[in-house]
Amino acid sequence: MPAWTIYISFLGAAFLMFLPGDDPRPARVTALLAALAGLACAAMGIIECRHHVAAGVLTDVANAPWIAELGIRYHLAADGISLVLVLLTGIAAVAGVLFSWNVENRSREFFALYLALIGGVYGVFLSVDLFLLFVFYEIAIIPKYFLIAIWGSTRREYGAMKLALYSFVGSAMVLVGLIAAYVVAGGKTFDLVELAKYPFPAAFQNWAFVLVFVGFAILAGLWPFHTWAPTGHVAAPTAASMLLAGVVMKLGAYGALRVAMTLFPIGLHTWQNTIAVLAVVGIVYGALVALVQQDFKFVIGYSSVSHMGFVLLGLMTLTQIGLSGAVLQMFSHGIIAGLLFAVVGRMVYDRTHTRDLAKLQPMNLNQVLPFAAVTFVVGCAASMGLPGFSGFIAELQVLVGAWQTFPVFAVLAAVGILVGAAYTLRVLLKAFFAEGVVDAQDLPRLQPITAPERAGTLLLLAATLIIGLYPRILMELITPSLNSPLMRPLWKAGLR
Amino acid sequence: MNLYLECLTALTPEIMVIATALIVLLVDLAVVQAKPAAHRAALAGAITCLGCSLAMIWVALMPCSVHVAMLAVSPMTQWIKLSLLLMTFFAAVLSWHERFTRHAGEYFALLLLAAAGLMLLVSSDNLLMIFIALELLSISLYALAAFDKASLASSEAALKYLLFGGMSAAFTLFGISLVYGIAGDIQLGFIAGRLRGQPVEPVFYAALVMTLVGFAFKLAAAPFHLWAPDVYQGAPTPVASFIASGSKVASFFVLARILLTAFPGARGMASVSDFLPGWAPILMVLAVLSMVAGNVAAIVQTNVKRLLAYSAIAHAGYALLALLADQRHALSALLFYTITYAFTVLGAFAVVGVVEDSGRQASLGDFAGLSRRAPLLSFCMLVFMLSLAGIPPLSGFFGKFYVFTAAAAAPPQLSLLWLVVVGVAASAVSLYYYLQVLKQIYAVAPAPSATWPRPAFSAQVAIVMLAVIVIALGCAPDLLLGKITSLLKSHPF
Repeated sequence: MPAWTIYISFLGAAFLMFLPGDDPRPARVTALLAALAGLACAAMGIIECRHHVAAGVLTDVANAPWIAELGIRYHLAADGISLVLVLLTGIAAVAGVLFSWNVENRSREFFALYLALIGGVYGVFLSVDLFLLFVFYEIAIIPKYFLIAIWGSTRREYGAMKLALYSFVGSAMVLVGLIAAYVVAGGKTFDLVELAKYPFPAAFQNWAFVLVFVGFAILAGLWPFHTWAPTGHVAAPTAASMLLAGVVMKLGAYGALRVAMTLFPIGLHTWQNTIAVLAVVGIVYGALVALVQQDFKFVIGYSSVSHMGFVLLGLMTLTQIGLSGAVLQMFSHGIIAGLLFAVVGRMVYDRTHTRDLAKLQPMNLNQVLPFAAVTFVVGCAASMGLPGFSGFIAELQVLVGAWQTFPVFAVLAAVGILVGAAYTLRVLLKAFFAEGVVDAQDLPRLQPITAPERAGTLLLLAATLIIGLYPRILMELITPSLNSPLMRPLWKAGLR
Repeated sequence: MNLYLECLTALTPEIMVIATALIVLLVDLAVVQAKPAAHRAALAGAITCLGCSLAMIWVALMPCSVHVAMLAVSPMTQWIKLSLLLMTFFAAVLSWHERFTRHAGEYFALLLLAAAGLMLLVSSDNLLMIFIALELLSISLYALAAFDKASLASSEAALKYLLFGGMSAAFTLFGISLVYGIAGDIQLGFIAGRLRGQPVEPVFYAALVMTLVGFAFKLAAAPFHLWAPDVYQGAPTPVASFIASGSKVASFFVLARILLTAFPGARGMASVSDFLPGWAPILMVLAVLSMVAGNVAAIVQTNVKRLLAYSAIAHAGYALLALLADQRHALSALLFYTITYAFTVLGAFAVVGVVEDSGRQASLGDFAGLSRRAPLLSFCMLVFMLSLAGIPPLSGFFGKFYVFTAAAAAPPQLSLLWLVVVGVAASAVSLYYYLQVLKQIYAVAPAPSATWPRPAFSAQVAIVMLAVIVIALGCAPDLLLGKITSLLKSHPF
């Protein structure tokens, strides 16, 4: 069942490509139906696979020979971690369509590219054959470029090209690592499970790990390779920034965990501290930079860098709680960043046509757009990691894990959380609750919040609240997966 | 008697192609001379396509495996011929509606003669015969490149092509004469036997370098690539596409055949740590220079044909990597790569040709907003560009991937990994300029006064077919790869 998430998305994209006419209505309805079907398949996939997941084994979804000469197979399989991310992708996809309901310009192409991107993302999360994983990973690059270059805003062509080149350079690094690993392991298979069993020489692992890990982590916003993220997010149209922050950055983190860490545990051990330092720098740096931004969207863009730092730190702790925290943080940040970008891009920018905090300040948006204000308050609370929201559980777990492995970094990361609270409150105050015009007649007249926006908001809020209040839903998927055969090398590397 | 009959049977496809060339000339001269140019072009084009199709059917249906005199025809070469004929077929279809010449008969006849040169080139294992076929091909191409008489650029391109080509042919011939002097033979298989166990002496090394120079020119590998941008830009677009596709595939095949059958013992070592003289280090230099020079120069191009020329140089570099790879994968990677590349570049030039037909140049700005008026054409161009950039699931991606994998696996393991790194890095750079083209097509608004291409039906069908080939071979590489590997297993050459 989970494989259908991929097929439905690509079929939807192909259908939209050949749909005649410029009418946006059939396009967005098609996109919504495809996204909903994908979400349904993801949910059913979780139900279907839950027994396998609980037992800590992989569920094969599809397995067929593809390119016999190189031993490449079309092999899709799911464990708890991939299912969590597939679910996240489903939710983000539906929300993204709802928040793009107002795209009128070339909407058919917009949604076709959108669904192609989603399909690629689903594919990465479900692939076990590394060649296949890489194919899906690259498929996701091109739609991102066009979504930003055609429908974007501020410096869109620059942002789009920067994002595309960063992604492509990252994937080039990954490609070299994968080819080298394939050759060293005897040149027979790209299957992750098989390759993970092969004892790669330590010297080889030491460089291959950096290459592959950094290659993936570029997309996860690893400092100092994060600079594509703020510019890309700012340039992108709302739905694209939701997807960028929501799922595309997770592709990087997922690849780093699934491929780099499991294939090269010795290399991981060598580089663990270095990468943890980079992650902590990312957390603090992202938060500090967000504190001084004047562009509303840049604040959220840098906050994404900061939050993704927690994911990378969690991965580097090599503790069970840290790893599960990292995966949970991927889910949580995907939802919350999506929500915040939706407020900034769709609710505020599309109506006021400015994201400059100084210009937003006198508009009294809390009176003009109360729904947006309330949504943003709740989103901010979740983003700051207040108890009751998913971010709290996730970041707490990461911190606990970090405390066990590197106590100093845990303290520094906690400082990052404090700064995070500061920039969140600052932007909340400036954008929505500043003392501006009091006279009701002088308030700007803005289009009221539409029904699709409300629906999307509810979906995202529900997701973060449910997971915040009852994290067991996801933890039951994640925890047993740490024992799955794919994770065995990590145990050898000292996972506790 | 039997020998002649055997030779004739083996050469039937070539004879068919040459006969078609003569028929085209005759019909054009004797029957339709008074008709308008467009009709004559259509008739000549139709006869050309018919001739190619008949030859293709013959090649596909008549199994033939002959090794007599100067001919070495095997199922493998038959199969290469099939793909070469298919490329000629596409080039002919794309020439139908071009308006650059009134001499349709001569044009198509030369195209067919060039095709005959290609076919002879792949079906010989004798250095002299290879040289003659190479010249038949080259001379036809020089003339074809000059065919747009109204355009100064076309003449310049042809002259440049001729001068560079003549020079490099001289080098090749000199190299061959040295090889003959050393080995006492010009039959590839015998040369290998004579050279077995001999060290690579300076004279032999000189012979290798000289021979390779000629081929590097044909392949447009740096530093022998200087003709390529001018020729690709100046020559009529279908001719440029033919030079970039068919000529390249055949040259690579023959180069591989020469190196792997005549000089297997003189491979040398290309890895930096344990260097040994031989052809591998030479190819390595050519490959690195081509990948770097091609990709870097392509970044600043504003003319799409020129951009494709530099990209062709870069792609020659990637393909050379395959030649450096270990024997088992080397040829299949090389063939898969060059054949898929050829179809992709044919398609890209075809789209450029359509845009030029609407009275534009081929500069980047002329593509602005193409997607609004010609969505299908634009989508095909998207496929071709992304395939050249190496984005999955298009055939260019798997081609590159296979080449890189084969190069990394070359014994000793990972010794050529640094070349792979250069290749992958260069390929990452290349995305930038391919995206520049696509940005114009999809993201930039069209100029309001622009006239729009109305592609001829035949050209449109050809372009869509090429795009389908590129997508299909990317999604299911086994379609082509399975055939190549099974042929290579049963008939090494």
